[in-house]
Amino acid sequence: MLNSGINVLFEGNNFARLMAGLWTSIWIAVLSLVIGLIIGTLFGVLRTLPNKFIRFILRLYLEFFRIVPTVVLLYLVYYILPRTLHINWAGTWMATLAFSLWVAAEFSDIVRGAIESVPKSQINSGLALGFNRWQLFKYVLIPQSVKLEIPAAINLATRVIKTTSLLMLISVMEVINVGQQIIEANNQKYPIGVFWVYGFIFILYFILDYPLSVWSKRLVKKNS
Amino acid sequence: MNWEIVNQALPFFAKGFELTLWLSLIGIVGSIIVGAIVSLIEYFKIPVLSQFFKGYVELARNTPLLIQLFFLYYAFPAFGIKLSAEASGIIGLIFLGAAYMAEGFMGGFNGVSKSQIDNGLALGMNNFQLARYVVFPQGLSLSVPALSANVIFLIKETSIFSVIAIPELTNTALDLIGMYYHSNEYLLMLVVAYAIILIPVILFLNLLERKVRNAQFGN
Repeated sequence: MLNSGINVLFEGNNFARLMAGLWTSIWIAVLSLVIGLIIGTLFGVLRTLPNKFIRFILRLYLEFFRIVPTVVLLYLVYYILPRTLHINWAGTWMATLAFSLWVAAEFSDIVRGAIESVPKSQINSGLALGFNRWQLFKYVLIPQSVKLEIPAAINLATRVIKTTSLLMLISVMEVINVGQQIIEANNQKYPIGVFWVYGFIFILYFILDYPLSVWSKRLVKKNS
Repeated sequence: MNWEIVNQALPFFAKGFELTLWLSLIGIVGSIIVGAIVSLIEYFKIPVLSQFFKGYVELARNTPLLIQLFFLYYAFPAFGIKLSAEASGIIGLIFLGAAYMAEGFMGGFNGVSKSQIDNGLALGMNNFQLARYVVFPQGLSLSVPALSANVIFLIKETSIFSVIAIPELTNTALDLIGMYYHSNEYLLMLVVAYAIILIPVILFLNLLERKVRNAQFGN
């Protein structure tokens, strides 16, 4: 019974459809990460500057994302954008927006922490060399903090990939949504297709995330 | 924003609020207990079991809760194992949470300084004494930041229970939106509800972290 069930994955173009769904998840994750890491770096640097007002606003921004679960975040974008702001975007773009803002918040705190952990003596040495603030960031703070930021960014990437599983909730045609359709369409012929399809998606996520989490752990070990 | 709508929805949200609290509490306590057991097995390197649980930790940490829940709730009945939505949710959350907690405990144990362990050995302690009097007390205080991050994470993950129709906070809000269409009001209430739960938890955990920071030696 189990052996025949696995065929549900290869019936017709099921396999290609699952892969296409997975690709949707991947490009949304990658694009959100790129946008989020750029904005997050900017916010993180701004949070180390002395301006109290900017720091306060960005802190509030971060705390909002700390409190609101990602599921809720997706629904906020999904309902508020079209209904209240009358902006009609495809689900994939709404998801990219929500994820980018979330990544920016998380990464801003990572960047701030990493910059603040650069020893004071390094900053003083830079100042003694006559660096201005921009030069201090360019030649001292950013190069020295990147070592701490990279493993954290990879770790964040694994979380973003896992979170793409929630995209089905705002009707994005990603891998789980495709999987559900396949399960329903083949329910008669493959009553335990549900086991194989969800099991296969489970493994797909593991294949994507496991190497990244090993890589991030290895980098952390190397730093310490 | 219509406050009349907010008022009418309050009793529904109160119910969802209560359920979210309960599910979080059971999930967190269960995760800490199972996670502690897993970390003990890994710490003492108990053969076979420790390899098995190492695999489990990686599997649980590198896959989404949503697909874990779907597996429990939809795929298990194909083999005659029928779980209620609530049971699937709690089992799924503990499956995920225990792996994170085990990782947190292990991080603490591994963070205990080498000199502390050498000192223990010099005093003639055996493996169990070393664990009982040196590694666990110091390791536990070191693991508090990771564990408290996990607690916040698990509370937020209960929102995913909405996909298997457990009537917690997020599910309640979505139901109301589906029936009455007032998305602004219900979403605001939802965000506020999570803030009411999470802000005190975050403040308490910050306090706890500050309290145990002094509990380290040998640095």
